[in-house]
Parts: sequence; structure tokens; C-alpha cells
Amino acid sequence: MSDAPTPAIHDLGGASRYRCSPVERDEAPPDEFGKRVDAIRQILAQKGFMTVDELRRGIESIPEEEYFALTYYERWLTSISNLMVEKGIIPAEELR
Amino acid sequence: MTATFAPGARIRIRDDWPERRGPCHIRTPHYLRGREGTIQAVLGEFPNPEDLAFARPAPRRTLYHVLFEQPPIWAEGEAGDSLLVEIFEHWLEPATPAQEAA
Amino acid sequence: MSAPARPESLALLDKFVAALATRGLVTEQEIADRQASTDRASPEIGARMVARAWLDEGYRRLLLANGAAAAEQMGVSMAGAPPLGVLEDRPGLHHLVVCTLCSCYPRAVLGYPPHWYKSFEYRARAVREPRAVLAEWGTTLPPATQIRVVDSTADYRWMVLPMRPPGTEGWSEDQLTAIVTRDALVGVALPRLPVAAAAE
Repeated sequence: MSDAPTPAIHDLGGASRYRCSPVERDEAPPDEFGKRVDAIRQILAQKGFMTVDELRRGIESIPEEEYFALTYYERWLTSISNLMVEKGIIPAEELR
Repeated sequence: MTATFAPGARIRIRDDWPERRGPCHIRTPHYLRGREGTIQAVLGEFPNPEDLAFARPAPRRTLYHVLFEQPPIWAEGEAGDSLLVEIFEHWLEPATPAQEAA
Repeated sequence: MSAPARPESLALLDKFVAALATRGLVTEQEIADRQASTDRASPEIGARMVARAWLDEGYRRLLLANGAAAAEQMGVSMAGAPPLGVLEDRPGLHHLVVCTLCSCYPRAVLGYPPHWYKSFEYRARAVREPRAVLAEWGTTLPPATQIRVVDSTADYRWMVLPMRPPGTEGWSEDQLTAIVTRDALVGVALPRLPVAAAAE
């Protein structure tokens, strides 16, 4: 398997670059920003505007340098706002 | 729809890399591609996430719980340690002696 | 650490909410209601399910066969939630749950996933060197225990049913619930007796 392709950005199982990094035991609950994004994501899914699979696809397609610069819920917001634009539900201009 | 594989069956995960062919969304971790495992359970049928991710019609696929031995996937594992992973049927093929030659 | 969102992200969220609200797609009230219902889920639900399974063999069988039905018995609404699978530890076998691809987590019975569960480090290392990860939690498994790492990749969400620790004979469901931590339900820790109880 030494010639296996480089895994996708989100496909992190076993990734060597984290081998020597301890898991940071951050127990803080999501902040208000995160909770709002989380709630909106659930509502949009419940109303049939998107699936969790589309959320994931949107996260996975964030360019690498941005992917690592954003926080967890910032990646979610990027994904779901891009999805609503992609689906023609919200015009891109309104989010600029 | 009936499950092709029964608990106890030896299978191999397809050594396929759709990532190389363009935009895709797959739920089969890279570290299992081409690896052999054993069906532990049939978990049911679910719409194919590879289609759901692009809002395409998503046919239902059988989902399995597949057991893998930790080494040789990673040397850091101890003998007897294992990995248990949900894998959709279209990623599975029978583990046959023929693959020894590959 | 889980850094705060950047100002441009806060601004994007405001514009996004406004754009959704203008079209009547999502209202502030709906967001508040959903946030409140999400906040209500906590690891105590999962802990109580474990405690009940330790005390009630019929409930244990239900929990293992159909986690969602077992959660419903606790008053949790599982409508729209993914199926819940329960992984039973036994002598010689310990389960550890991770999602290497994203952050799948049994939120209906454990609440929001902690930041570390979603971290790149945990996702990368749990499948490769689970014993090193457990060591960081100070978790020592009994000798000759095999680790089974469950990579939560698809439609189920997974919770661990740990073994009931010795020294808890005769304990009530409330007492048992109190020793089952969120970490024990993910598998990075074991249920542990309070020091005072252990010393008795």
C-alpha cells in the first residue's frame, strides 16, 4: 500500500502528522456562534433543504488552507451557506 | 434487497480511489482500501451517501459492520486489537485466494 | 483550543440568518427552539441507559438489540435521529468510538460532542494508536484486554456499554448513573468509583 494515493483532507484516520500531538482535552461546550450554526443546520435538514451528506461534502470541498484555518462550526457555516447558494435558494450577493 | 454477504464471510474492501477521478463523497476510510476483513453484522439498508451528498436520487444499499485486525493495518496496534467499521456493500468484494497474486 | 469564530464568520452568520428569515425559511424563534432542544440532550441520558442495563437484564437486551427503542423508553424522542448502536464491553474486550471522517456522535443520548472528539488529533490517532490515546486519559485496561476501535463512518451512531465496576453491588440506578461519565460512553475512560466509595 506504499503507493496508495494521498487521502482526502478530511479522511484523517491514522494521519502521520498528528502522531506526536496529544489530544487537547477541551471540554468547553460550543459557543453561541456554534450553537446557532448547529441549530440552523438541523432546521434546514428537517425542512428538506439539505442532507447531512451534503453538509459533509461541502465541508470536504473547502480548500485546504481555509479548511485548517477555520474552526469546526465555521466549516459548517461555510458548507451550509455555500449549499444554499448552490441550490439557488439564496443569491451569493446577499452573503457578501 | 437481500444482503450478499452473511456474518462470518471474509471480504475485501475494493482498492478504489474515486478521489482521483473528481469530486466525490465517500464513507469508506482510506486506510481500509484493499484490506481484508470479516462481516460481523448486517446493519440494514440506507440511501447511498455518495448520491445523497450531491442531491442525486439515492438507491438504498446494504450496510455492514466489518471487522478488521488492527495489525497489519498499523504496526502500532497490538495483536488481537481490531477495528469495526460500517461499510456499504458496493465497496465489498469476496476475499478470494486469487488476490494473493495481486 | 476551540478558538472563537472570526469576525467575518460572525458577519456571514448574520447575513445568512437574515437571508433565510427574509424568505421565511428559518425564523429566529425556530433557531431558539432548536437550540433549546439540542441543549437538553446530555450524557446523563446515556449514563442512565447504561445503569438501567446493569440492573435490568431485559433492558440490557433491548439496548443491545435496538438502542433507539431503549432511548425512547427513557423518554428521548428518536424521531429523525440516526439508529443508535450499542457496543457491549466484556472481559477481554474494550470498545472505543471515533469518527475519522467527520464527527458522527450519538447526540440524542450524549448531547453535543466535546471539542476533543472532533479534533484532528483524536480522529487521526484513535484508530492507529488507541492505547496511546487511552493513556492520555489515564485509562488503564485490565491485562489481556483487546481494544476494538469503532470508526463511525455511516448511518449508525455508537455508544459503549461499559462493564459494571466491582464494588457497586446493591447500588441504585441513580448511584450507578453518577459513575458513568461521557468519556466512558465513548470508551476513552472506564466507569470509576468515587475515591471515598472505593476506600470503603
